[in-house]
Parts: sequence; structure tokens; C-alpha cells
Amino acid sequence: MDNRQKEINNLKDYKYGFSTDIENIQAPKGLNEDVIKFISNIKKEPRWMLEFRLKAFERFKILKEPDWQKPKFPKIDYQDLYYYSSPKSMKDKPKSLDELDPKLLETYKKLGIPLQEQARLNGIAVDAVFDSVSVATTFKDELTKQGIIFCPISEAIQNHPELVKKYLGSVIPTSDHFFATLNSAVFTDGSFVYIPEGVRCPMELSTYFRINASNTGQFERTLIIADKGSYVSYLEGCTAPMRDENQLHAANVELIALDDAEIKYSTVQNWYPGDKDGKGGIYNFVTKRGLCKGKNSKISWTQVETGSAITWKYPSCILKGDNSVGEFYSIAITNNHQKADTGTKMIHLGKNTKSKIISKGISAGSSDMTYRGLVDISSKAKNSTNYTQCDSLLMGNKCGAHTVPYIKNKNSESNIAHEATTSKISEEQLHYCQQRGLNPEEAVGLIVNGFCKEVLQQLPMEFAVEAQKLVGISLEGSVG
Amino acid sequence: MKEQLHKDFNNSIKNLSLSQKDIEIKKFCLDNFIDKGFPNRKEEDWKFSDLNQIIKNNIGELSFFNDHASTNKVDTSVFVDGLEHNKIVFINGRIEKIDFEYEKKDQIEIIDQSETINEFKNSNSLSDLNNAFTSKCFKILVKKGYQLVKPLIIYHTTNTKIWSKNINLRLNFELDKDSSLRLIDLFNDTSEKNFLNIFYNFELKENSVLKNYKIDKFENKNIKYSFNNIDQDKNSISETFILSSGSNFSKNEINCNLNGVYASAFMNGVFSLNNEKHHEIRSIINHQNKNTKSYQLIKSVLDESSKAVYQGKIFVNSDAQKTDGYQLSKAILLNKESEFNAKPELEIYADDVKCSHGSASGSLNEDSIFYLMSRGLSYQQSRELLINGFLLDVVEKITDPEIKNLIKNMIGIKE
Repeated sequence: MDNRQKEINNLKDYKYGFSTDIENIQAPKGLNEDVIKFISNIKKEPRWMLEFRLKAFERFKILKEPDWQKPKFPKIDYQDLYYYSSPKSMKDKPKSLDELDPKLLETYKKLGIPLQEQARLNGIAVDAVFDSVSVATTFKDELTKQGIIFCPISEAIQNHPELVKKYLGSVIPTSDHFFATLNSAVFTDGSFVYIPEGVRCPMELSTYFRINASNTGQFERTLIIADKGSYVSYLEGCTAPMRDENQLHAANVELIALDDAEIKYSTVQNWYPGDKDGKGGIYNFVTKRGLCKGKNSKISWTQVETGSAITWKYPSCILKGDNSVGEFYSIAITNNHQKADTGTKMIHLGKNTKSKIISKGISAGSSDMTYRGLVDISSKAKNSTNYTQCDSLLMGNKCGAHTVPYIKNKNSESNIAHEATTSKISEEQLHYCQQRGLNPEEAVGLIVNGFCKEVLQQLPMEFAVEAQKLVGISLEGSVG
Repeated sequence: MKEQLHKDFNNSIKNLSLSQKDIEIKKFCLDNFIDKGFPNRKEEDWKFSDLNQIIKNNIGELSFFNDHASTNKVDTSVFVDGLEHNKIVFINGRIEKIDFEYEKKDQIEIIDQSETINEFKNSNSLSDLNNAFTSKCFKILVKKGYQLVKPLIIYHTTNTKIWSKNINLRLNFELDKDSSLRLIDLFNDTSEKNFLNIFYNFELKENSVLKNYKIDKFENKNIKYSFNNIDQDKNSISETFILSSGSNFSKNEINCNLNGVYASAFMNGVFSLNNEKHHEIRSIINHQNKNTKSYQLIKSVLDESSKAVYQGKIFVNSDAQKTDGYQLSKAILLNKESEFNAKPELEIYADDVKCSHGSASGSLNEDSIFYLMSRGLSYQQSRELLINGFLLDVVEKITDPEIKNLIKNMIGIKE
């Protein structure tokens, strides 16, 4: 097979694997105070923001890269990365969608999110992040009418400093772990959402992330604040071009729910997973944490993790307000040489707090999957309950599936229940489906979708369809 | 502590007739221990029980040298009544008596391994401490086809003669083909503030059966660590039961390697704790071969400000198809100060397996108490009845009827 043919075949495997030739503005390679100043400067940030970054960087210097995770990876040279990269045409910000670089728009079209059309048809407001900068936010007018703020975080720093100042770093402080602190120092862009008191956001808000330039790390920061009695559903999707080297993605996502507010955060993560031999792919080391600050608040995480060479993240809930609720629904699929170490943390601090964890892991090929989770009920969290269920499905005997839950109960009036099972697809089920005319691959797809149903149900409609397809695609070639 | 260790080490090897090479090995282990110190919470396996801190808070300075020159008087009042049994008696860490009076003498061999060092391979520093300071070591070999008529009870007795001491024990067992052994470890302490560090190694050959019951029932202020390594060949069965109740701190580790096909391991345990006791069980079941089976059930009843920890791991190698692994831990917290931590872990590399674990913790069921009280029982009676039923479930798993009765009487569980 000649190279050309190979390339085409590769493209078939990961259809988002194209890269776009757009001139980039990059910060000088490496990580130091000058680079941080460069980023802060180019974004025209106020003084306090730069101080926030530098404080984080001071802390970062003394931190060590953690090594307790299951998937090991070669040491990352943090000096060999670009910490800022933006399409050149973004330098003078376009005023509206019509002024956007047509090449960028085309990229998004290829990704399946034509901003204009999607805006019109689906009624989903999209904020697209390309490498390091937010490119466009649709549907702004309608949202503004309701007092909802949905904009790139760099804009929020300029226009709503009081909100950003108050909440940025309040859930993930600058003194947090290695990757979170790195993000605090060098984050480039991301989304900012504020839902005012009593407002139910009329549409799904969505962000699309894409890493385009090579040798860049993407460090976006998302901050969502749901004020008293409000509701918001937020979607996040991700892709990246195919490259032989590993790329780092270390985002921070902070959610804050005040009294009676609800935030629903859904992710379909489909970063480039590397090729069949495990070469290349994204390192997805993301810190996601939600704080149920007020009474009766609720935060729900739903994630479908099919991409990335290594996924290492634990979307967490801190249930501080009394009667608050935390939920975590996850499907993680690994194939070929992908590795995942993912799960959640539910930290119960308030009274009558409830949490629920449903995790479905599927590993195929030579992949390795770990569920790692913490349920911690503190001595003050009276009458709290947790229910955890993690099921794993193994396909083939070269892959691994592991479950590592940490369960801490310090309150006699609280109840924790945890269940986990590991098995393979039963021969009977396969036989039954095939007897009715499905080929083995379809049969597996059907069974796996059934296995994941509890989680897929939690996704908003548009995403559920995409996710269902993704589940099928991710497992292609793992049967027989 | 370093100086103390060196001094005590020199004192303890003085009385032993060891070759230069063996001394070197012991010295190497000592240096390893000095290097690492007692395990602390930074180590993943000791995350929930910081031994270093516990020793510091409860004992303070330990001394490691035990003078085993003079014999201790065996107090026969500690012996179990109503059950004929063979005996091994340890008093303050010294072997005082080995007595297999009910068995055929030629079927059991007791080999003195004190002069040969066989290192205990375990990644934590306590095995180094044990290797460095154990002075006497015996291997008990049950010969091919022999099944012991009566159970063997190992009495671990300590008395007020010792204080702030570290005691290291080491025993090896080999069960040859088709043999069987019932073994009870019974702890009986009148001493206070000592640290017992016990290592057992079991080698189970084809078709052999080991039943090990570890009973730490009587109130005492000692700190105990016990490690059982069990290697199992084809068709062998091991059954371990742990009653974890009496000591101030206790950690039992079971490392079981199911190396042969159709080997199976059963591990059950009861935590019954009060005051400020802190106990842990950590089990690692390694399924290395096809058609192996493991079953674990741990139940805890925790009162006052006690704390129980269960860390259980099921590991399934990629060759170990058709593995069946099961693990369940349940805890009742009676007091708002009590605490239960669990880390039930699965690590699986084979696809045709059935593995599951479950863990639940919470308070006594109010509805059940209401039900019983509405039928005329007092609150206290209902509570006792429910706890009784909760624990009975585990005790019923004991396969030996004689010993089951003995343990039931000890815990005070009624049918």
C-alpha cells in the first residue's frame, strides 16, 4: 500500500483528523514568566488577572508531576510546548460571524458544526474554541435579552471582572494539583457562563474545542455560574487533527451552583486517540469540579469519553449546600492502545446531600481502563446517601478493566452503597442478535448501546444521537 | 530510633549462630527498614492507617531486642476448653511449646529454619523488620495425604513482662498433596503497648486444604500487624476467617496466589469494634490460572469512635479465564463518631470472567427496629438481635462445625 492510500485509510478511521492551514500567532516556545506576561498582554488583561497567573506559576514551580495514575506516559517536556497559538486573523477580532476567516468556518463545517446553520436550526448557542482562542459565539443577542452572559472567558475578564474575580479559582484554587495549577498560569481561553437569578436558560449552551496547531497544549478554562434558582444545560465537544506526537490538553472547568440552581454539564470527548499502534493522540488531563454552594442546588456531569490516547480526569462535585445533589454519568470506551483513568469524586459536606454515580467502562483491543472514584461523607453530612454502580465490559484478553473506588463514611446516619461488576458480552446475547440477522459488529454495537443506555439517556437529544454513533464507531474492528 | 535499632540488632544476633553471609542479609534488611521506617499514609496501602503515627501516639519509643534465653511459664488457663487440639505456644514472642499430641508423629515434620534465612518478599518495610529481627523460625510440614485429626491452635500470649517492645514472629507451613490442616491463631494479651509483627507463609500443594481462623478477641492495648502469604496449587482450597476485635490497632493482610487451576480461596472477616480502636483488613487475591475462584465477605459493627478499614483487591491475570471473583463488605455504624473506609479494587486483564464487588455502609435500619419493638422487644434487645443476625451471616460461612461453635460462643452470637 502506498503512503497516499495509507493516509486515506487513516482518515477514514478518525474523520476529524484533518488539520487546517491557517497562519498562527504563537507565543515563544517554553514556559516562563515572559510567556505568561505575553499571554496576558495579548489578551489585554487587567493587572489582577496577570497576578492570578503569576501566583499560580510560582506554585507550579514547586509542584511535581503526579505519578500515581494507572496509565503511564513518557515525561512531558513542558519547555517544549507552545502555550499560546491563535489564528492570525483573530488578532483584530471579527465583529460578527460574517467577518470570520472563511477557512475557519470551513473547518467547523467539516466538524459538523456549521455555526450559522446550527445557530439557526438547532437553537443551540455555540462558543467555538480553536487552539487557544474563542472564535465565535452564536446566538448572543437572544441570550443577552434574558440577562444571560455567554462569552469567551477573555471577554468576560474585560467586561464582567466583578464576576470573574469573585468566582475564578474559587472551586479549583491556584494552589491545586499540578495540571490545574499549570492551567491557572497559562490558560488562554474558554467559555464563561452566567445565568442570572431565577432564569431558566432557554437553549442548550455549547462549546466546541479543537486543537489545530502542532506542539501546542490547549489550556482552556470554563467558568459557569448559576445564580439562585436558575438552570442551565451545557454541552462540550472536542476534536483534534491527527499528529504523530502526543498533544497535551489540560483544561480547568469550574461550576458554581447557588441556592436552588441546577447545572447540567455534558461532554462528548472525541480527541484524536492515536493510531492503531498507539502512536500520537491527545493527553486529556482535565480538571473538572463543581461546587453546590447553595441549598437545594444540583450539579450533574455526563460524559462520553471515546477519544484521547490517555484520558485522566475526575469530574467532581463538592456538595456543600444542604440538600444538594451531585450526579455523575459516564461512558468510557477505550480501543487499540488507548488508556483511561477516569471517575469522579463526591464530597459530601452539607446535610441531606445525595449523590449518584453510574459508570460504564468498555475496553477492547490492547487498551486499559480504570474507574477511580472517591465518595467521602464527612461527619457533618447527616442523612446523606450515595449510590455507586460501575460496570465494565471486556472485549478480548489483551485489554484490562480496573475499578478502584475509595469509600469513606464518617457519619453513622448516612448510607453508602457501591456495586461493581466486570464481565464480557454473553454468547447467548450475541447468538440471539445474530440469529435475527445482525452481523457480529452490529450485534455488539446493539448490546453495548444497551449496556450504556442508563448514561445515554442523560444526554440532551442532539448529543445522544451523536454519542450513540460514536459508541459504535469506537468499537469498530474490535469484534471477531 | 536508628541508634536503638543498631544496638538492638547487634544484641539479637550475638546469641545466634549465623554464618557471615546470613548476617549480611539480615543487616541488609535492617538497613532497608531504617531507610523506609514504619509505613505511613503516603504509601497507598497504608492510606487509611498511618502505622508510623499510630506507633508514635500509642507507644512512643520502641525497643527491638527480646531476650529469649530464659523460658516463660506456660499458663494453662488460657487453653481452649472443650476442644481437643494440638498446640504451639508463643509467650512474649518466644516459642515455649510445640505439641502435636493427637497426630501421627511421622506425618508431621517440624523443621528448624532459624539458621537459614529465607527472606519474605513483601514490598513494605515491615517484612524487612521481620527478616532482620526474627530469631527463631520453624517450618511445619504436613506430609502427603495426611489430614490432621485435631485442629492446631497457636497461642500468641504476651504478659506484663514486656513493655514498648517490638516482637517479630515467623512461621512457614507446607501442606503436601492431599493433606489438610485446621489452624487457629488465638491472641491473648495481658501486656500493653507492644507492636507485634507476624509473618506466615503457606504453601498449598495439589488438593490440600487449609483452614485458618485468626481470633483477636480479648481487649488489649497492643498494636498488631499480621501478614499471610498463601501460594495455592491445583485444586487446593484455603479458607481464612478473621475476627478483628480486641487490640487497639490491628492490620491483617492476606496475599493469596491462586497459581493452579481450580484453586479456590475464601476469605471472611468480622470487625467488632468499640472505643478508639482502629482495625484494617487488606486482601489481595491473585487469580493466576484458569477456573480459579475467590469469595470474600467482610462485615463490621462499629461503635463509639472506632474505625474500620477494608481494602480488598481482586487481580485477574490475562491467562486466568473463567475466573469467578466475588467480594462484599458491609458495615453498620452505631455511633456518629465511628468511621468506615473501604477500597474494594478490581484489576482485570482477562475477558471471560465473572467479577463483582459490593460495599455498603450505614446505620441500623430504623424500620427493622420499629418492627421488632412493635412486637414487644426493647430498643436494646432489637438492636442486639439485628447485630446478631448481621454477623451470624459471616460466621455461618465457617465450614468447620466444631470451630464454628467455638467462635460463635466467643463472639456471643446465637442462632
